[in-house]
Amino acid sequence: MGLIKIENMVKRYPMGKTEFTALKDINLSFERGEFCGLIGPSGSGKTTLLNIIGSLDVPSEGSATVLDRNIENLSHIEAARLRSKHMGFIFQTYNLLPVYTVFENVEFPLLIMKVPEDERKKKVMDALQWVGLMDKIKSRPAQLSGGESQRVAVARAIVKRPELVLADEPTANLDAKNSHNVLKMMVKLNKELKTTFIFATHDEKVIGYLRRKIHLIDGKVAKDEIVN
Amino acid sequence: MIMFLLKGLIRDKSRSLFPVLMVSTGVFLTVFLYGFMQGIFDDFVKVNAQFDTGHVKIMTHAYKELFDQMPNDLAILEAEEMLTQLQDTEKGMIWTPRIQFGGLLDIPDKNGETKSQGPVMGIGMDLLSSDSKEKEILNLEDGIVQGRMPQKKNEILISEEFAKKLGVKVGDAATLISSTMHSSMAMYNFRVSGIVRFGMTALDKSTIIADIRDVRVALDMRDAASEILGYSRDMIYDDDGMIKLAERFNKKFFIEDDEFSPIMLSLGEQRGLGEYINLGKSFSGIIISIFVIAMSIVLWNSGLLNGIRRYGEIGVRLAIGEAKGTLYRRMIYESIIIGIIGSSAGTMAGLLICYYLQHTGIDFGNMMQKSNVLIANVMRTRVTTTSYVIGFIPGVIASVIGTMFSGIGIYRRKTSQLFKELEV
Ligand SMILES: Nc1ncnc2c1ncn2[C@@H]1O[C@H](COP(=O)(O)OP(=O)(O)OP(=O)(O)O)[C@@H](O)[C@H]1O
Ligand SMILES: [Mg+2]
Repeated sequence: MGLIKIENMVKRYPMGKTEFTALKDINLSFERGEFCGLIGPSGSGKTTLLNIIGSLDVPSEGSATVLDRNIENLSHIEAARLRSKHMGFIFQTYNLLPVYTVFENVEFPLLIMKVPEDERKKKVMDALQWVGLMDKIKSRPAQLSGGESQRVAVARAIVKRPELVLADEPTANLDAKNSHNVLKMMVKLNKELKTTFIFATHDEKVIGYLRRKIHLIDGKVAKDEIVN
Repeated sequence: MIMFLLKGLIRDKSRSLFPVLMVSTGVFLTVFLYGFMQGIFDDFVKVNAQFDTGHVKIMTHAYKELFDQMPNDLAILEAEEMLTQLQDTEKGMIWTPRIQFGGLLDIPDKNGETKSQGPVMGIGMDLLSSDSKEKEILNLEDGIVQGRMPQKKNEILISEEFAKKLGVKVGDAATLISSTMHSSMAMYNFRVSGIVRFGMTALDKSTIIADIRDVRVALDMRDAASEILGYSRDMIYDDDGMIKLAERFNKKFFIEDDEFSPIMLSLGEQRGLGEYINLGKSFSGIIISIFVIAMSIVLWNSGLLNGIRRYGEIGVRLAIGEAKGTLYRRMIYESIIIGIIGSSAGTMAGLLICYYLQHTGIDFGNMMQKSNVLIANVMRTRVTTTSYVIGFIPGVIASVIGTMFSGIGIYRRKTSQLFKELEV
């Protein structure tokens, strides 16, 4: 059994009196350790699909099975637990908590999981070492550059060693050099920790690193290619 | 986790400091306003009690029906006996006889001809005995602007304005023209020993205060008193207690069809003061309601603004795996903390200033250097046990309600929708 299995999945949004179909008949499966991306033009449904995989939204039809759980049947609490235990999110806008230090931002997911303090400290340090921000532990997000902020976000996403990291346009706010830095780091994490990465992006820089490209057009999978 | 959230709360001033300031300001105003109103209310009740109604008043049944006319022919006879009896049976109270009378005050010139004349309102009270209860009830000394307290037979105090109007000075003679208890003409010569300022127009206009013995002689009221006033020893009016006392007394002494049987009325049962007391009671309810509603609205709105500002944080927390219910609950806990801190600070500040003003008062009579008996031109606040909770509890409640209302949007909205909003 793979990590994710999506079958005959449709997602509609209510739009006034009618409905808008954002995803049409999606059939996809993902294995552990993939480094893949949903790519396609704006409005093609990348974020919608990523949010369903992330249990932040539910399919209108069909099923999405993530880590053996049916997303369409999860309660709020079950979905929250699934995200807390098994998933990391990375956003375009970093979304670090501004009042907390770098250390505390990375520590937060572990607090939600009620990880004991000693273990927490060690894991946070490990994650920050991974992303190379040991010297910024006490900084606040406002004092960081865009690249550093996104690296903190990556550390926050991987600190609990999740099976799955979902990244929606992670490089959209970064310059080329920082984009490559962050991406290289993710490739390394993928290799060494076997973490699965799914991106939603139309950034060529990201696309260059992907080992699998799923092209979405108008809510449909147009092409699903493996890159060697 | 709790420490973590507290840390965030403290660091985020717009989430902690400003709501705390808002709550404490509201609570402060409530406590202060309540103390202020309570002070005014108390003063009013106190003045009425001191000069007119007592905490309870005993009259004859018939006198009570006509009390506006000061019908001294219907006064209580054998007043001393009743006083002794009262002092024995109701030891928690101070009892004192009074005679209220009206008439004309005539000021003679050197030749004994009328120099000036005016209608007068008189109160006869025990001024001269060494164990006079009036010293505990009134502090007339404080209001004397010229001369001194009566110390000898036939000496009186006269109110300042009245003295001015009549052109009377300390040491002058003053003749009371009135009618005796038996409805014949009464003329009696007093001497002014002091001029007093009451600080209340009604009294300042035309009042004299005389010793009750002199008044008894003047009006031929041997051993009579138009009324006997009772005060609780701590001088604080307790409406329920006084009503019970009056019931007790009336059960024993009041006879429905004997118009000379004594009847006791509590302060609240006299001159419509009861309504005033009820107003005072409901006033705290009104303040609390206004405060809770206003503060909730303010906090709700600031909560909404804060919520919008915190969308990012909330979205991330949900994504990271905090359950919606947990998040909402934690926001409520935050608001309880904010409410408690803000309310404590506000209550403390409010109480401090109330205590301070309870002692010193705000003197609105800067132009008047001299003091007076009543304190109408000095506003005093008053702290009661209610002061401690009147702001505190509503402060906490308002803080929580405000957060609940503003947070409900977050709670209701779909996670994915929150997410969309944070992506923008
Ligand atoms: N809550 C919603 N209600 C209605 N329509 C929606 C909603 N969310 C998304 N859509 C629509 O669904 C379609 C897919 O949106 P989605 O956000 O998945 O696109 P995307 O591929 O991520 O685009 P972009 O590259 O701009 O981020 C769009 O046409 C969008 O307008
Ligand atoms: Mg998108």
